[in-house]
Amino acid sequence: MRVVLAAASVVVLAILPMFAPWLQFVLTLAIAKGFAALGVAILLRAGLISIGHAMFFAASAYGVAFLAARGIGDFASLLVLSVVIAALTGVIVGAFLVRYRAIFFAMLNLAVSMVFYSLFAKLYGITGGSDGMAVPIPSVFGMVLSEPAFKDVLFYLSLVLMVVIGLGIHRYLDSPLGHALSAVHTNEVRLEYLGIPVWAVLLIAYVVSAALAGLGGAIAGFAIGRVVPDFAFWTASGHLVLVAVLGGIGGVPGAFIGALFLELLHTAAVTVTDAWNLIVGAALIAVIMFMPKGLYGLFAREKGAER
Amino acid sequence: MQPILEAKDLHVAFNGVKAADGVSLSIHDGEFLAIIGPNGSGKTTVLNLCTGYVRPKSGSVHLDGQDITRLAPRAIARLGVARAFQIPQLFSDQRVIDNMMLSLAAKDGLWTMMRPLETEARRAEAEALLGLVGLADDKNRISNTLPEGHRKLLDIAVALALKPRLLLLDEPTSGVSALERFPLMEALMGALRQRQITALFVEHDMDVVARYANRVLVWNAGNIMAEGHPDEVFKDQRVLQSVVGVA
Ligand SMILES: Nc1ncnc2c1ncn2[C@@H]1O[C@H](COP(=O)(O)OP(=O)(O)OP(=O)(O)O)[C@@H](O)[C@H]1O
Ligand SMILES: [Mg+2]
Repeated sequence: MRVVLAAASVVVLAILPMFAPWLQFVLTLAIAKGFAALGVAILLRAGLISIGHAMFFAASAYGVAFLAARGIGDFASLLVLSVVIAALTGVIVGAFLVRYRAIFFAMLNLAVSMVFYSLFAKLYGITGGSDGMAVPIPSVFGMVLSEPAFKDVLFYLSLVLMVVIGLGIHRYLDSPLGHALSAVHTNEVRLEYLGIPVWAVLLIAYVVSAALAGLGGAIAGFAIGRVVPDFAFWTASGHLVLVAVLGGIGGVPGAFIGALFLELLHTAAVTVTDAWNLIVGAALIAVIMFMPKGLYGLFAREKGAER
Repeated sequence: MQPILEAKDLHVAFNGVKAADGVSLSIHDGEFLAIIGPNGSGKTTVLNLCTGYVRPKSGSVHLDGQDITRLAPRAIARLGVARAFQIPQLFSDQRVIDNMMLSLAAKDGLWTMMRPLETEARRAEAEALLGLVGLADDKNRISNTLPEGHRKLLDIAVALALKPRLLLLDEPTSGVSALERFPLMEALMGALRQRQITALFVEHDMDVVARYANRVLVWNAGNIMAEGHPDEVFKDQRVLQSVVGVA
């Protein structure tokens, strides 16, 4: 039943832009942010809040722009390399941060991300400063495409990746490693006594989450056609946490539901009112107070659990 | 014969309180060693010291002759020492069966990212162990909804799932009702014997100690004040005064 619902949602997403072409950009961006929010949600399962994941989003988007400027023009290569850049950044940052918990973890992620932000903004010669860098339209398997054609490719590829990678992450979270990750939240002492190295469980999760944020950043970079330092600004990281909590961390679809909901709400709200932030704030309060499991909680059931 | 676990002259103090004041003990293969003693005498502390959770100020701990004094709990766990806690240490928002299966997976397959935690074999093994401690009916409950006594039993089952050589139990029957106490100990001891697991257990219930321990250590103020077979130790006037009178 839930599989049918999920499949139907994906089909609806796939055909929506045929009726409302302006939606394609909105949906592409929503999926991009959904990937990044999924990264944040993975860490949230361990009880760790990162207010800095926009750094990986930005690192990868800048990676695309930088590599494109150095002559790499192939879409697939750019996508893969930029995600690798984000993952490697995740290894380095994560190696330092996974020993921290609670507010320290949150603040250190924020601090590191602001270092990234400053570097993107200040290293004018490399990053273009606050003007950012252009992301040109890449070739797709050797084909040179028009901009609308590329944006079609980008959108449908994002959709496919959402399903494929979403399933992969679902399996990860359902594996012993994924269960150990949630267990960090409830009992690190017991994990240690099971012989499980908590730091390794967290580092793997951190790198996976950085790679997801990176994938989102690369897609966003391609969709927008430009990367700017604001990609890494702390409010962008905060936005990802908001999306993850709004969508719900109980399952992989949550992050994407949250992102789609917010992007669509944003699009609808700005056309009728300038009280966008008020609406988002109210939505978030409502979710936190009445839907502790997020929007995803409306669809999901605990598997065979008796309370 | 070399002991499985040997602690020598362990010292540790918390804010001036000597929780271990020169403790030496050894436990041999196949033994069921009991520790008794008044509240705050340092019984839990010695388990903390032997599993790397607390570092001694001086002294050493050896497992099969290997120095484990400075190892982390996870390293000692991987050497085959499992522990059940005085206050159960569970993954409280996960199901009972998932607690068990994670423990089983820790032993054999944690590093596979793409295979589910729940497999036929793991589920069957988890259910068998839950049956052993009498939790078969609770397997699908979220573990923090269990009554305290059942949480205690789950904690023991989780430790057993690691298939240890040495099992440390901190008051396994506290919180377990008097009626369930002996059936539990019977099942537990049977399982330990069958799996050739050596056990050290801290216990307040003298009847349980008298019935199941081959040897008992009597704790007092951070050290061992008497030691021997339960029958002899329980005749000792000093022991009766300091421990049995209180407990
Ligand atoms: N981590 C710690 N920090 C500070 N003090 C501690 C710590 N662990 C133990 N103590 C103190 O050391 C002493 C011995 O404590 P321990 O828990 O080992 O006693 P116990 O014999 O297990 O008692 P009980 O029968 O109540 O479980 C107590 O005074 C306790 O307050
Ligand atoms: Mg104790």
